[in-house]
Amino acid sequence: MTVTEDAATLAPAKEVGQPRRRKEDARLITGRTTWTDNMVLNGMLHLAVVRSPVAHARITGVDVSAAQQAPNVVAVLTGRDLAAEQGSIPCAWPVTADMVNPGHPSIAVDQVNHVGEAVAIVVGRTKAAATDAVELVDIDYELLPPVLDMETAVQDGADLVHDELESNTSYHFVFDAGEAGTGVDTEQAFADAEVVVSRRLVQQRLIPAFMEPRSVVVQPQGDNFTMWSATQIPHVLRVMLAMVTGVPEHKLRIIAPDVGGGFGGKLQVNPEEVLALLVARRLGKPVKWTETRSESLMAAHHGRGQVQFIDIASDRQGNVKGLRVRLLADMGAYLRLITPGVPALGAFMFPGIYKFPAYRFECDGVFTNKVPTDAYRGAGRPEATFAIERIMDELAVELDMDPLELRRKNWIGAEEFPFTTVAGLEYDSGDYEQATQKALDLLGYDELRAEQKRRRESNDPVQLGIGFSTFTEMCGLAPSRVLGSLSYGAGGWESASIRMLPTGKVEVVTGSTPHGQGHETAWSQLVADQLGVPFEDVEVLHGDTAVSPRGMDTYGSRSLVVGGTAVVKAAEKVVAKARKVAAHLLEASEDDLEFADGKFSVRGTPGAAVGIQEIALAVFAAHNYPEDVEPSIDAEATFDPVNFSFPHGTHLCAMEVDTDTGMVKIRKYACVDDVGTVVNPLIVEGQIHGGLAQGIAQALYEEAVYDADGNLTTGSFVDYLVPSAADLPHFDTANTVHVAPGNPIGAKGVGEAGCIASTPAVVNAALDAVRHLGVSDILMPLTPERVWRAIHEGGDGGARAAAGTNAYGGAQTESTAGVSTPQSSLGGDR
Amino acid sequence: MIPAPFAYARPTTVDEALQAIADGGEDVKILAGGQSLIPVMRLRLAAPETVVDLTRVTELRGVREEGDTLVIGAMTTHHDVITDPLIAQHAPLIAEATETVADRQVRRRGTFGGALAHADPAGDLPAVALALDAEFVIAGPNGRRTVGAADFFVDYLTTALEDGELLVEIRVPKLSGTWGVRYEKFNRVAQAWSIVAVAAAVRRENGHIAEARIGLTNMGPTPLRARATEAALAGADATPEAIAAAARSAGEGTSPSSDLNGQADYRAHLVQVLTRRAVSAAAGL
Ligand SMILES: Cc1cc2nc3c(=O)[nH]c(=O)nc-3n(C[C@H](O)[C@H](O)[C@H](O)COP(=O)(O)OP(=O)(O)OC[C@H]3O[C@@H](n4cnc5c(N)ncnc54)[C@H](O)[C@@H]3O)c2cc1C
Repeated sequence: MTVTEDAATLAPAKEVGQPRRRKEDARLITGRTTWTDNMVLNGMLHLAVVRSPVAHARITGVDVSAAQQAPNVVAVLTGRDLAAEQGSIPCAWPVTADMVNPGHPSIAVDQVNHVGEAVAIVVGRTKAAATDAVELVDIDYELLPPVLDMETAVQDGADLVHDELESNTSYHFVFDAGEAGTGVDTEQAFADAEVVVSRRLVQQRLIPAFMEPRSVVVQPQGDNFTMWSATQIPHVLRVMLAMVTGVPEHKLRIIAPDVGGGFGGKLQVNPEEVLALLVARRLGKPVKWTETRSESLMAAHHGRGQVQFIDIASDRQGNVKGLRVRLLADMGAYLRLITPGVPALGAFMFPGIYKFPAYRFECDGVFTNKVPTDAYRGAGRPEATFAIERIMDELAVELDMDPLELRRKNWIGAEEFPFTTVAGLEYDSGDYEQATQKALDLLGYDELRAEQKRRRESNDPVQLGIGFSTFTEMCGLAPSRVLGSLSYGAGGWESASIRMLPTGKVEVVTGSTPHGQGHETAWSQLVADQLGVPFEDVEVLHGDTAVSPRGMDTYGSRSLVVGGTAVVKAAEKVVAKARKVAAHLLEASEDDLEFADGKFSVRGTPGAAVGIQEIALAVFAAHNYPEDVEPSIDAEATFDPVNFSFPHGTHLCAMEVDTDTGMVKIRKYACVDDVGTVVNPLIVEGQIHGGLAQGIAQALYEEAVYDADGNLTTGSFVDYLVPSAADLPHFDTANTVHVAPGNPIGAKGVGEAGCIASTPAVVNAALDAVRHLGVSDILMPLTPERVWRAIHEGGDGGARAAAGTNAYGGAQTESTAGVSTPQSSLGGDR
Repeated sequence: MIPAPFAYARPTTVDEALQAIADGGEDVKILAGGQSLIPVMRLRLAAPETVVDLTRVTELRGVREEGDTLVIGAMTTHHDVITDPLIAQHAPLIAEATETVADRQVRRRGTFGGALAHADPAGDLPAVALALDAEFVIAGPNGRRTVGAADFFVDYLTTALEDGELLVEIRVPKLSGTWGVRYEKFNRVAQAWSIVAVAAAVRRENGHIAEARIGLTNMGPTPLRARATEAALAGADATPEAIAAAARSAGEGTSPSSDLNGQADYRAHLVQVLTRRAVSAAAGL
């Protein structure tokens, strides 16, 4: 009928915004891919690590003779053997100038400082041979008192984790808005306040619990080494390993093949990676190490671990006047890659979405005889969000105000963006009211409040509560200059390149190494739109320092925002280069060319057009191209953001609490997130769901528990409870979209949102259900026992008994790989 | 992890199995579904010299009737127990409890006999067997013997099975009369063991509770009967008040442990709540 309508229907649909199924999933899910542990190399040897069964001790004797003589054992190496070459696991984030870093040996030499620390390595011809010989290594320990509790560890005269240090405090980090010029004097604000509410909140230790255990393969070739590792950060790892081991950077190639999750847990330079490289160098043979799940839970870094002292000041009408935060942050026994930086990153998020005139933050990094902590999904921001969203509820109770009303009164209005907070961050865009309204509708808020009232009045044994979390986070890590000002050891840029192949297919090389997020799909969608080529014609390459030489990898909800932008910028350069060739081929002026749907056409000359995929072939042949350009339309780009991006959202949880047993059950969960432009709604929803699962798990299920001797008693998935789909409710999710002004895609980052926002919503909901019974706090995770105790005995539910459950005979007391201790040897007929 | 090396035998009959056990040396382990044994071996908490795998001993599988008794082969999988029509008809409490065990994958492999022989205090089936007065048929070098449930569960992970013996079948008296049953399991995530659970079978006669049998899971090193509650319920009115009053004594004589999931006093409280709920449901309230 009409020409215009036809043109509209013929134009290819935009890829960005399509719920494309992830092209990488088939191989990831079936496992028919190069997981590191699938690698088999000729003559490959296998490593097994002998680990400390005690939390704190001097090593007084090591006898490896029996292990050395075991069948198919090639070598047994101890800390002494490797002491001269092992260097120290690097810490890239000295948060203060006088931060104390005792150094972190990959393998203990004289002293062990946590259960699970490596003390010897067995190298075997088979994995079984190496594992069998672990039990034959005989180590004598002279026990030292374990330092486990942070509040005790910072007392004068406390036992020391590192006795060469003066105290257990690594650093004292302060951010004071008054001093920084971003706020008024905090002490004055508190002195003048009509109302002050103070709480001590606890962020328990968590274990990242990625699905694929850590695994590393090293192949020496002449003076070169190739390492395959299940890592989030092949690029960072290469630089760091070169600095630690002295293998020159250009002689070291790191490959992160397909990687099965990380959640920050693989954002690390692992002791075992260093050790695998050292052993391969020493023996001149390829080696492999793959951890068991027990080793993973015990020796891979943990997350969170904070005691939070938080004070909030306001007037009687609920206008907040000041916020004061003092943290004890558990470093564990050593500082790993960004151990000290995690709580410091959180420093800027405690004010949340609220307009505080005054703010002061202080944090002590504290050593304990536990495995080090480091990044875990959200890294610093979930801890901060939890504290502020919990204290806002406490203030509402104190003022006898509706918690939502209090939030509304203090949050940044939609018209106030960009808004500079008291922590000095410039929030980019958003509308908290809109997201909140939408979430209330999704939840069916009014009906649930009515039901809550009915249950209260009838004294129903099952009470109902509703919890809020109106959150924001800083994402898109990170502007390099800002990182520099925070003393971080690297930048936050990202790199990408685009290779136009002769047949018109496109290779996109990204420096943001994925480990399950779906980069291949999302990047293909971006490039398909930018270049006007079919989605299927794009392949995304990543994770190999020889293929993708520059990159900063994946963490901090940065990939799309920073890495995706680098891809878009590279595509723009490809188009610009292709334009010159197109002008030449079409014998037209560049200015007269129009680029749309993958074709350059000459304005006003119908039919005169050339496709970008044809141009790729033309420059490959290079028979006919303009004289002043190179015969290539490939391009690369590096993008360094000028600001963070600030996703936000409102999460609402309705919770049933069985007052007879303490069992809590999520009745309904609704959330509305603003993550800016949505490139792929399916991926965004998947990230939200996964994040919610982890955030809810912190509130209800997960906790790394150590007993009085420093044994990890949640040493298997029997006791470290990770929920499955069967344990989680249906999620009602939606989005509002306020594009991020800081990048051309308009994306803000979604990887951590669900995890950051959900935890306080869940805890606030449980408390709302039982507050009328006199409960004002319950420690996480909210085990039925704790909830029951809080209701019936008062207090916060108290400490849990540390013993693991008896399923598998208390398997969790088995604290070394393969060696059962007297405590774990079983009676009975097992 | 990888288990320590072991010798392996895969007999096809009970007699061959007994021979393989006798020949297997000092430390022989019987492998049924492997859902408890293999993890324990992989964690190297057990390192048997020989493993005798019963999966090919077909005579140990299946459910049959012998007059007033239901006979369940030791190697009958949890899945087969759940779907068996005879069990559904004559011992629905077993099916209901088995449905709460682990997940689908584990239930396809794990066996009724293996779960009972393992005698994990947090396992769901021992308390059910105890409540139903099941009998255990044990084969050994000197023939067969039968042990009642009360004598079968000896201690933490310890049963009346002696070295050289194997569990052949479990004989469960059919419930006659009008019985209601309920397995009330309390755990934190779907695939987990019981923190505490209560198995109840209740016979009603004209508005009264004529008889109640109550088995307790994870209230001590072995499964236990809530004898005081049973006695209080015999002849009691089938009312919420009477049941609640009787349930208050459910913890009598128990010795629950303290662990990550709960301290002993919490378990002692839970068992009362769960007994009330289980008996109420079984009594049709
Ligand atoms: C993830 C997971 C979750 C689980 N959750 C639950 C749960 O919620 N509730 C629950 O009750 N159980 C649970 N289990 C345990 C499960 O029920 C096991 O199947 C059961 O405990 C053991 O049965 P099996 O056939 O696998 O025995 P195996 O593991 O093969 O054997 C167990 C023990 O019994 C001995 N044995 C087995 N058969 C015989 C025989 N015929 N004669 C003599 N000795 C024998 C073995 O030598 C061994 O010591 C779970 C298991 C897993 C892996």
